[in-house]
Amino acid sequence: MMLLPLLGALAIAIAPSTNELLTKQIALATTLVVAVAGILTTISFDFDNTALQFVESYEWIPSFGIKYAVGLDGIALILILLSVLLAPIVVLAGWNESEGGRWGAKTFYVLLLVLETLMIGVFASTDVFLFYVFFEAMLIPVYFLIGGYGSGERAAAAVKFLLYSLFGGLLMLASIIGLYVISGNNGSHTFDINELAGLSQYMSPMTQNLLFLGFFIAFAIKAPVWPLHTWLPDAAASATPGTSVLLLGVLDKVGTFGMIRYCLTLFPDASKTFTPVIITFAVISILYGAFLAIGAKDIKRLIAYTSISHFGFITMGIFAMTTQAQSGAVLYMFNHGFSTAALFLVAGWMIARRKSSTISDFGGLQRVTPVMAWSFFIAGMSSLALPGLSSFVSEFLVLVGTFTRYPVAAVIATFGIVLAALYILLPVQKALHGPTTPGNEAIKDLNLREKIAIAPVMAVIVVLGFYPSPLLNIINPAAAQVITSQGFSDPLPTSNGDK
Amino acid sequence: MGGNFLAPTLEYSLLSPVLIVLGGAILGVLIEAFAPRASRSSSQLFITLTTLATALTALIRNRNGESVTVAMNSMVFDGAGVLLQGSILVIAIISVFLLADQDNFTALAAALPGSNEERISVQQQLKVTEVYPLVLFAVAGMMIFTVASDLITLFVALEMFSLPLYLLAGLSRHRRLMSQEAALKYFLLGAFSSAFFLFGVSFLYGYSASITFSGIHDAVIGGSGNDVFLLLGIAFLSVGLLFKVGAVPFHTWSPDVYQGAPTPITAFMAAATKVAAFGAMLRIFYSVLAEDYLQWRPVLTLVALVTMVFGSLVAIAQRDVKRMLAYSSIAHAGFLLSGVIALNKSGLDASIFYLFAYGVATVGAFAVVTLVRDSSGEVTDLNRWSGLGKRSPLVATVFAGFLLAFAGIPLTSGFIGKFSIFSAAYESGATSLLITGVLSSAIAAFFYIRVIVLMFFKDSVEDGTSVVIPSIYTQFTIALSFIVTFALGVFPAPLLEFISSTATFIR
Repeated sequence: MMLLPLLGALAIAIAPSTNELLTKQIALATTLVVAVAGILTTISFDFDNTALQFVESYEWIPSFGIKYAVGLDGIALILILLSVLLAPIVVLAGWNESEGGRWGAKTFYVLLLVLETLMIGVFASTDVFLFYVFFEAMLIPVYFLIGGYGSGERAAAAVKFLLYSLFGGLLMLASIIGLYVISGNNGSHTFDINELAGLSQYMSPMTQNLLFLGFFIAFAIKAPVWPLHTWLPDAAASATPGTSVLLLGVLDKVGTFGMIRYCLTLFPDASKTFTPVIITFAVISILYGAFLAIGAKDIKRLIAYTSISHFGFITMGIFAMTTQAQSGAVLYMFNHGFSTAALFLVAGWMIARRKSSTISDFGGLQRVTPVMAWSFFIAGMSSLALPGLSSFVSEFLVLVGTFTRYPVAAVIATFGIVLAALYILLPVQKALHGPTTPGNEAIKDLNLREKIAIAPVMAVIVVLGFYPSPLLNIINPAAAQVITSQGFSDPLPTSNGDK
Repeated sequence: MGGNFLAPTLEYSLLSPVLIVLGGAILGVLIEAFAPRASRSSSQLFITLTTLATALTALIRNRNGESVTVAMNSMVFDGAGVLLQGSILVIAIISVFLLADQDNFTALAAALPGSNEERISVQQQLKVTEVYPLVLFAVAGMMIFTVASDLITLFVALEMFSLPLYLLAGLSRHRRLMSQEAALKYFLLGAFSSAFFLFGVSFLYGYSASITFSGIHDAVIGGSGNDVFLLLGIAFLSVGLLFKVGAVPFHTWSPDVYQGAPTPITAFMAAATKVAAFGAMLRIFYSVLAEDYLQWRPVLTLVALVTMVFGSLVAIAQRDVKRMLAYSSIAHAGFLLSGVIALNKSGLDASIFYLFAYGVATVGAFAVVTLVRDSSGEVTDLNRWSGLGKRSPLVATVFAGFLLAFAGIPLTSGFIGKFSIFSAAYESGATSLLITGVLSSAIAAFFYIRVIVLMFFKDSVEDGTSVVIPSIYTQFTIALSFIVTFALGVFPAPLLEFISSTATFIR
């Protein structure tokens, strides 16, 4: 499955660069095939089995005990599913996105497909070293996607993104080296996540805390958690809508995924030590992101700020250490991927039509472009967690799960939902409702291609709002596994999440 | 001392790689003297390449031989020596192709800059083909430097590879005054460092009453000598070695020399000198002074820390690509020092891997630098590199690849090198080196990325800067180093295995 996008990238690379249409068709076909493969994998996944599935393992660098080892648990599967489903939508929705870039369409789609490969790899790898390789290598295509095809201060935004991420990555490298040496001192050198998980007993609390921080800071930059978030609005505002979807929808999930997979599993004691601090930061992220979003004038920045708020929820859910919150957080990652995708794609179309990304330039779109306006509305409602739409379920789970352990944090975080109503409804009111303001009369509604692209996103948002249990069935065993491996039990024995 | 003169026994087959290179160098000198001018260039290139290739073959044939001391205990033959010599030969082979592009060299070294002779020599299209034998002499010196096992041989080898390099640094075709200034500076400072080195040698002799490594080692273990002599000896010897690797505070020559020397020479010098000097350093600290680590380790750790941070920080301020690479090489010297300080087997393996990987990438990066030119020669001002990605995407992409390798991004050889050397340092308990190393890597990433931004995301200025179509030789250099850099990033296992099974020191 990981090879498929690479093959597509290769096909594009050798296809004639003059034929843009062919390039796009290959890209679309490849991502569609990968998506189907992803769905098939999900179907054949054994939900009740908490062990890693679809395991593959080959020696890579035996002298360091490094393996090419991949495997899936429920959490990884969900995120891979998210990546492979979003990819074709991004290709289809941003059919003309590569125009206005520094390079042609060919480079754009090669980068995109390489990125898809790396995204699958980063979630699937069960070898810490391999994970790191994917984690860092991923930066390069994103960097060129933002810097080469974005708008505005794209070069500066790309550099900011890259430097933040590299800094975090290098801290993580230091921790990985630490793990490597400690594993060597207590047996043999290994990077296998399962073997490393038992290693924490050999570490002094100080060492464990430091190593934990190395990982956590890298993931907190990626996720991003306040106060390490400042790269995100710039990057999201400068990138093309499609790149933003992948950036916020999938890439940033690597951060939260890493917190579960690496921070919690490898350093249970340190995780407990830092939980209060992290929960505090998460709550600050929720509120701070929401306030910034209310004040945002630029529609892409607005979405980026809302994401900071949402990532606060996810982080809080992860570190609340209850199965409910944990499942909620994972489901949140999936839902956030889709609602943000919807917001960014529709916003991208709005911006492309109006040639402006300032919210106040829009007005009365509801009359001119009903389909586009409705899509934006539904996506916005999902983002503010309206019951009946997908995000509600996950946000509710996170809050309930957190409340059982950290009631104060949960209560404060609930204000985030109130603020969410503000930051979504204000722009909706300004841009969609009211009289059509000058400059907006001639805007065209979505064309067929765009409708096809947005339809599955809308469908997912609505369906998962009413019927989230298929996903929760995948997530719950894995989430419970993480929590029990932490030596935690749920404070309320009766709470069982999804029913 | 008896009156009988004993003819030294020489193990010719084990010494053959060095002897072949020396023979080739002498043959090159003869060609300079007797062959007609027109045929020199091609025959020199041919002879140099054949010599290096033959030497490498001889080395490979010897690789599994028993570790022994050779040439009356003045040299050793051991696994680490084979690996280091092999690295030097491979780097030399890759960079010799750059020498073939004679546009980089002055037409007549003896002509004064701006003089009539210079003009005439350029008109006659003279070529300085003496660079080939000079490089061969330097290669031979470096090879001996890594396997020398007594202090006198070590010193002779040091001079043997330094002197040709001083000369070569002054041969640039363009900006000749700057080139000659660089050569003079290199020579003077180098002479000082040699003096320090010799001073250290004499103290060590005073301490142990022996010039052989094994003799000094025995004295260190025995602990009967005067410790003050030992400390002074180590200190002065280290000054000489640290000068050669360009560690802070003995680095001041390197930016000027890197900038002033003809770029092919910079490439060769930056890569091969590091291998040779670190090779000798590893040998001395691992096999001679290892038991005395309490004395030298703290100081060397400090030097390493300062070197990493200083190199990375100052590189940010550079506006010239060759100076930037010079400061980056200072930072890398700091990283490499952590391998010396690690003082364990994985440190040795990691250092050798790092030296090879870094050397190859360095040659490749400087080879790319030779391609960016305007009418008056190479353009090294970074501002004028902006927009290179638009004008010549291939060249820019390749250069970006080398920069990413220097920055240690995964899937490049630089990453594997960094990982292995830092983990070795941490294994030895040097947490400060790990943390500082990682942080200064983050700083260093900044200036590497800035160049990538310049090339890809800035619009070009129309000032006649162009990329020349690389000659087949330069293409070969670039392609080879690019392939090696990425192959070692993706499939490092074979080389790592080979190094860890081969690398051993004997005294």
